[in-house]
Amino acid sequence: MGGYFSKLFNQLVFGDKEVRILILGLDGAGKTTILYRMQIGDVVSTIPTIGFNVETVTYKNIKFQVWDLGGQTNIRPYWRCYYANTDAVIYVVDSSDRDRIGTSRDELAAMLNEEELRESVLLVFANKQDMKGAMSAAEVSEALGLPRLKNRQWGIYKTSALKGEGLDEGLDWLVNAIKGT
Amino acid sequence: MNWKKDEDSDELGALMNLDHSAVLQETRIFNQTPIRPRHSRLLLAKVLFLLYRGDSMSTNEATDLFFSTTKLFQCKDMSLRQMVYLAIKELSTRADDVIMVTSSLMKDMQPKSELAYRANAIRALCKIVEPSMLPGIERFLKSAIVEKSPTIASAALVSSLHLFGEAKEVVRRWGGEVSEALNGKALQGPSFFGGSGGNQIVSTSSIVQYHAMGLLYAIRQHDRMAVLKLVQGFSGQSRGWLGGAGTGLRSNMAQVMLIRYAVRVMEGDPSLFEQLQGLLEGWVRHRSDMVSLEAARAVCQLQGVSGQLLTAAVSALQVFLSSPRPTVRFAAMRTLSALARTHPDAVQPCNVDMEGLVADSNRSVATLAITTLLKTGNEASVDRLMKQMQGLMAEISDEFKAVVAEAVRSLCVKFPTKHSAFLGFLSSTLRDEGGYEFKRAAIEAIIDLAKHVPESREAALGHLCEFIEDCEFTKLSVRVLHFLGEEGPRTERPTVYIRHIYNRVVLENAVVRAAAVSALAKFGTVADEGLRKSVRVLLQRCLDDRDDEVRDRAAWALRMADSEDTRTKYVRDDSTFALAVLERRLVEYCTGVRHGRVSLEGVPRISRAQAEEAQSSGRGRLEAMDAALVVGTSAVSTASPAAAGTAAVSGGMAADPGAAAGGMDVYEQQAEYASRLRAIPELAAFGEQPLVSSARAIELTEAETEYVVRCVKHVYERHVVFQFDITNTIPEQVVEQVEVNMEPEEDTSEMLRPVVVVPAPELRCGEPSAVYVAFERVDADVFPTASFACTLRFVVRECDPATGEPEEDDEGFDDEYSLEAVDLGPGDFMQAAYLPNSQALWEALGADAEFLETFGLASFDSIASCIASVAELLGMCPLEGALTPTSKAAHQAVFTGRWMGGAKTVARTRMTYQKGAGVTMELAVRSEDPAVSEMMVSAIA
Repeated sequence: MGGYFSKLFNQLVFGDKEVRILILGLDGAGKTTILYRMQIGDVVSTIPTIGFNVETVTYKNIKFQVWDLGGQTNIRPYWRCYYANTDAVIYVVDSSDRDRIGTSRDELAAMLNEEELRESVLLVFANKQDMKGAMSAAEVSEALGLPRLKNRQWGIYKTSALKGEGLDEGLDWLVNAIKGT
Repeated sequence: MNWKKDEDSDELGALMNLDHSAVLQETRIFNQTPIRPRHSRLLLAKVLFLLYRGDSMSTNEATDLFFSTTKLFQCKDMSLRQMVYLAIKELSTRADDVIMVTSSLMKDMQPKSELAYRANAIRALCKIVEPSMLPGIERFLKSAIVEKSPTIASAALVSSLHLFGEAKEVVRRWGGEVSEALNGKALQGPSFFGGSGGNQIVSTSSIVQYHAMGLLYAIRQHDRMAVLKLVQGFSGQSRGWLGGAGTGLRSNMAQVMLIRYAVRVMEGDPSLFEQLQGLLEGWVRHRSDMVSLEAARAVCQLQGVSGQLLTAAVSALQVFLSSPRPTVRFAAMRTLSALARTHPDAVQPCNVDMEGLVADSNRSVATLAITTLLKTGNEASVDRLMKQMQGLMAEISDEFKAVVAEAVRSLCVKFPTKHSAFLGFLSSTLRDEGGYEFKRAAIEAIIDLAKHVPESREAALGHLCEFIEDCEFTKLSVRVLHFLGEEGPRTERPTVYIRHIYNRVVLENAVVRAAAVSALAKFGTVADEGLRKSVRVLLQRCLDDRDDEVRDRAAWALRMADSEDTRTKYVRDDSTFALAVLERRLVEYCTGVRHGRVSLEGVPRISRAQAEEAQSSGRGRLEAMDAALVVGTSAVSTASPAAAGTAAVSGGMAADPGAAAGGMDVYEQQAEYASRLRAIPELAAFGEQPLVSSARAIELTEAETEYVVRCVKHVYERHVVFQFDITNTIPEQVVEQVEVNMEPEEDTSEMLRPVVVVPAPELRCGEPSAVYVAFERVDADVFPTASFACTLRFVVRECDPATGEPEEDDEGFDDEYSLEAVDLGPGDFMQAAYLPNSQALWEALGADAEFLETFGLASFDSIASCIASVAELLGMCPLEGALTPTSKAAHQAVFTGRWMGGAKTVARTRMTYQKGAGVTMELAVRSEDPAVSEMMVSAIA
């Protein structure tokens, strides 16, 4: 019953407007897998994204327009072409890749400095929790410097896109966060 | 609905005056959400309209636009997406970073996406993909090629063809799939696709076959056997198919392509000529108009096709002449018209049909019909046709008017008695409005007429004078003035022309005035004292001209007019420099390759006739054939290269079928040799350039052997260089370290010392390369005669015929190949130079410099064969008529040349022929160097 009301409520708040979300992160973090997990609820085989994928995802009667941008070094400069009018950024981190967590932090910091993303909500997925030796959500949060962020609504969830764990929790948080703004 | 209509027409009107920056400004709406599909689509259409219109767009603008456009991928609207694909294709070359849509396009081309997306996505993807990324999408493209849906298969095939230019290696790997698409049974008849539209147009046109054929040929074109197999494979089937059994090529367009490939194979390999000729005959009888026309056209264009096949082709074309469809009539008519240039007799059977087409409502067909009839018709019909043409001229385009003028030009010579009719026609057309090309053609026709039909000269000159009185084209005025200067002084009343020419000096622009002054100067060389005086007065007036070039020319002419000597030497001089050589020297001087002063000394002089011949041969093959028609007196030209060769009356090339192009090419060829030789360090030391290079290469092998070798001899001050041009014709092997071993048959070591052999490092199939063998003449005054046995030595390695890369593990093996012997004789030291005024030169050299001998040459059975081989041995430049004996019993010929590029030499020969006794020849040579005279005569012995 509560679910029903919440769906109705969502419809009242968002109407037909689509929520525009970017999925960003380094190459191989699992962005495309997360996108299709969200859209069709299953794991698809992916190849490195040269460019972007864009899909419409409906979650709890809210339409999300999700842009999954490629994370390879040569594609990252073009992320900024897609910043405008973004409601939320989902930043995906490969929790098992300790070597590049620094790079990941730098890219995140650069992105958050952009004027166009000043109003956007940040959701971090500490992905690949199914891998051995993956960093915990707290570790990732610390490594990315999230606690020191100012004027930013953010949240972090540990996920495994392969197993489908943690995604819904993250999206629930996102919906609430956007409603709040 | 009315309201809607208005809006549409407004939109169309708005397209016409679209503003570039306003449209770009508006494209920002692509960044907004939600997308408005209909509006965005229209906006993209405007952008495309701008691009197609040719508006330029900066890279920044294009890149911005591109990124905005990528935002539209969020919208699933099919009609919008189609426009996005188009926009991406257009922007792919203008914007940066277009790879950003790679993933999106790859997703759209996946089998699970909709049909309309897939084909277009493939086309767009192939536009943006970089060769390095190709392996990533290879798998998808390969499967798209063999896709059942023709739309997708065609898209993949055509895109692959575009990619082939950049990524030959990758595309070549798809040969198997392409063959499958070519042979596969594409969907025939209606079928249902999963598309949501429900109104998919199902292709039954077998377009896939056409595209597959094109791609497969592109992949295999360098492999002659594979192409042959392709041609034979399908032609064999097609015959069966005509009989009603089996399946061959369903696509007529593919069939047309196949015919073209077949023709290329035939041209490349004469040994297959007979075999494929049979196939062509089958195709001529094909039931499709398109295929039949193409086959007939191919037959008509082929050299040396059998008479029977030609007849079949012409009768097929004859049927098409009465086709209800104008395109078919036009195609058939055009083919016949081209054929009439070379085989007018073969076209004659169609005369009646063509007469009917003269009244065709399609003016292009009518024009071609008339011009063709003019070529094939007889003298009696000319008048009538000319009258019909007169009526037609007002209704046809300039291009066709030029065609008509060209046709009349060749007719002039064919029927000299009709010259007044032609002249009347041409001059009346000149009075009509018309563009440059047409007027030029008409002027050239009149000039030709004046040159070749003496009776018409005065009248022709009169018409030309009238023309320049009111001519808007400077170039044509100059051309006419020059011609008046050439011909005018030789007429009975030169004063008439002087008046017209001087009018130009008064009324025209500087360029025309300068030309008029030059023409006037020519009139100053006439014998009549009074006239000369008048010309002087006119020239003196020109000294006050506003333009310095005009003044200079007038001053020069006045200066030269004083003495008889300077007049004939400079003003009336009828020889000119070989301009190609002169140009090369000047270029070398300007680029610093050549040091020291540029001198005219070494630039060969050629006659006007040679220069004109070279010019006309430059205008294209067909024109050259027409020129042959003009020069040759026979009414029916066989159009064999030899006929074109008779046009090249001089140049020493008349007997060489490959070099019908005539005089000037020889000099260009030698300039080319010189620059190649200079690039080789071992040979550069011998001198700036060879003093003498052979005029043509000697074949040392049969044409159809593993290695084709030709030899060219270059003579330097003290050295002789043999250049062997070698072509490897075997695709499966690469030969390396290629050398030529030259073994003198008699001991010549006291006269010739071997210096160096410059080997060719590598010979791939079809890529000719050269080996040089150099000798030094031991004694500067001894010019040896020798014969060398030649052997080709090399290392053979296997290679992949497709790539030409030798196989790594193959060490190769040594091999030899023996060539025909190469001779060195006095003729090789003689430069075939044209010397003006050979008669005067002969007198000036005097009898002291002469060496004369009489030979009885029993082995020759005709004058023609004798003069050809004498010309070969002498290596000199034959003067007009030297190589074309007019009588079977006796012939005289004059040759000129420069010994070692220096000493002027004239040779005269008289020969008589008697059956049984063979040819008796008297050869007299006079040279500035008496020793040369003797040597040249000994060349015959």
